[in-house]
Amino acid sequence: MKRELIRLENVAKSFGNLLVLDEIDLTIYESEFITLLGPSGCGKTTMLRIIGGFEMPDTGRVIFDGKDITNLPPNRRPINTVFQKYSLFSHMNVEENISFGPKIAGKSADYIRDKVKYALKLVNLDGYEKNDVTRLSGGQQQRIAIARAVVNEPKVLLLDEPLSALDLKLRRNMRRELVRINKETGITFIFVTHDQEEALSMSDRVVVMNQGYIQQVGTPENVYNEPENAFVADFIGDSNIIDGVMVRDKVVRIFGREYPCVDVGFPEECPVDVQIRPEDIKLAAPQEGAFNGVVTRVVFWGMSYDIDVEADGFEWLVQSTTGRTVGEQVSLHVAPENIQIMSKPQSEDEEVAQDV
Amino acid sequence: MFKRGIRNILLTPFLIWAGLFIFVPLIFIVWYGVTDEAGNFSLLNMGLILQHGFWDALELSVALALISTVVCLLLAYPLCLILTERERDNTTIISLLFILPLWMNSLLSTMAWQTILEGNGIINQLMRLLSLPDLQMINTPGAIVLGMVYNFLPYMVLPLFISLSKIDKSILEAAQDLGASAWQTFWRVILPLTIPGAVSGITMVFIPALTTFVISALLGGGKLLLIGNIIEQEFTFQYDWHVGCALSVILMVFIVLNMLLTTTFDPLKEEAQ
Repeated sequence: MKRELIRLENVAKSFGNLLVLDEIDLTIYESEFITLLGPSGCGKTTMLRIIGGFEMPDTGRVIFDGKDITNLPPNRRPINTVFQKYSLFSHMNVEENISFGPKIAGKSADYIRDKVKYALKLVNLDGYEKNDVTRLSGGQQQRIAIARAVVNEPKVLLLDEPLSALDLKLRRNMRRELVRINKETGITFIFVTHDQEEALSMSDRVVVMNQGYIQQVGTPENVYNEPENAFVADFIGDSNIIDGVMVRDKVVRIFGREYPCVDVGFPEECPVDVQIRPEDIKLAAPQEGAFNGVVTRVVFWGMSYDIDVEADGFEWLVQSTTGRTVGEQVSLHVAPENIQIMSKPQSEDEEVAQDV
Repeated sequence: MFKRGIRNILLTPFLIWAGLFIFVPLIFIVWYGVTDEAGNFSLLNMGLILQHGFWDALELSVALALISTVVCLLLAYPLCLILTERERDNTTIISLLFILPLWMNSLLSTMAWQTILEGNGIINQLMRLLSLPDLQMINTPGAIVLGMVYNFLPYMVLPLFISLSKIDKSILEAAQDLGASAWQTFWRVILPLTIPGAVSGITMVFIPALTTFVISALLGGGKLLLIGNIIEQEFTFQYDWHVGCALSVILMVFIVLNMLLTTTFDPLKEEAQ
């Protein structure tokens, strides 16, 4: 079913003394929409540029369709890129921009005309052939950049934060468009972003990165609901991350109290990070829930409230559709299946990331 | 930026300057060019250009100026391409490299070339050391072209460098990404995007090369006369201002032609990426 298309094997890259990627192993499958997600400086763009051929890894290999392409220059890879700044050729009109690739490949004029038409239709800009690219809006320029890449029928399309320069409404629109183009063409999309919402809403799989390391690879639901470490939990969505101790299977101790959970397989008395999503916490009358506390802050967001509750010296973040008032006594209740147990970070790199 | 009244006041000094020292002399030159010694209207002096000596000098001037311009262009492109690639590391050293030759007096540096190229010059002494036959270098068209290229190359490099450094690196990566080799990227992307820079470079080299008389006097040894030398002689030896001015007016035609070419590719119209 899922056919392997690209495999990164133990890839590492430094710029000067700065290690930007280390121990990268990743398999990318045909036709999937995979997102490299992480804060700026996490190495996601470098990884994309290594796949595109714009950077050479210091060590490791890039395998494409079973062949080693580590040393192949970009112009000889069946991969195209949509650049962050669009990077259209300002001395050419829309049609000339899109036909640049096919012309270089030596395709016939008829073929090129049909393909340009198809590509413009794909990005909903039919009839724009003769337009001057410098006169187009940012969103239109981005569509032309996509058309210019897709027209070459690449096996893989690399997208380097392509939506970051667009305004919010356009960005939402383009997200849907990109997913549609991915499904319609069957081209593998490798998408780089620092925006977790973008990553979760568009991707088949998300690769969470930090400090040059891959932190977790999984479906959006997977990385959101079962983060493997505190960085992933904190970076994707809001989280309460609490120091805890795994007493035995299915029992965790937080703030001196034993609490039921669903995780198994940790050693007894093993220190862990406990993650609880703010929307999974129910507020109840005092003494009804597991932890008693007092409301310290309430922020209204439209769809819900962010409520800070101080209990046992810890500031809990709770999301609720009903508001509370500051100073109110409440108690917190969490269902056992909503408690996520994570191993404590083993490297400093994961630890540092908690501040992000 | 300024109100209209203030703008006019600020413009006045330049307008007076331009009127007195550019426009009025231009009228004089044209007037002398189309009159004879008696002050009557006459195109005879203009017609002199068709005479053998003058026509040959004009032909040689245009030919050598064109060759120098092409040589400058061919030298400047690879130089600027390499420099823009390393630009980030040491911009100041590079700009110094461009500007430094301009600090030297061009008369002095051309005289230096004279001593290098002449019959008993440095190169021929070296040839003798190696028991090779002497080379005739001074007083050849080649020597003049060398002098022109040496003197005017910075004027080609500067606008071209500016034009090239305006191209975003990701544009070149995009071309490569779409399958273009380095050579194809140059022809299809770099060259068209730097035409404005190249055109202003061409103008800044071609016009001084066409009108020079110092370089040809020093490196042509008075045997190879360019139109600039003939005009100079008309003023300083023949004292025939009418012929000198008539020839100047004819030379101006070439300069105007060149400027028409420049305005079609106005570098100021060049869009930022």
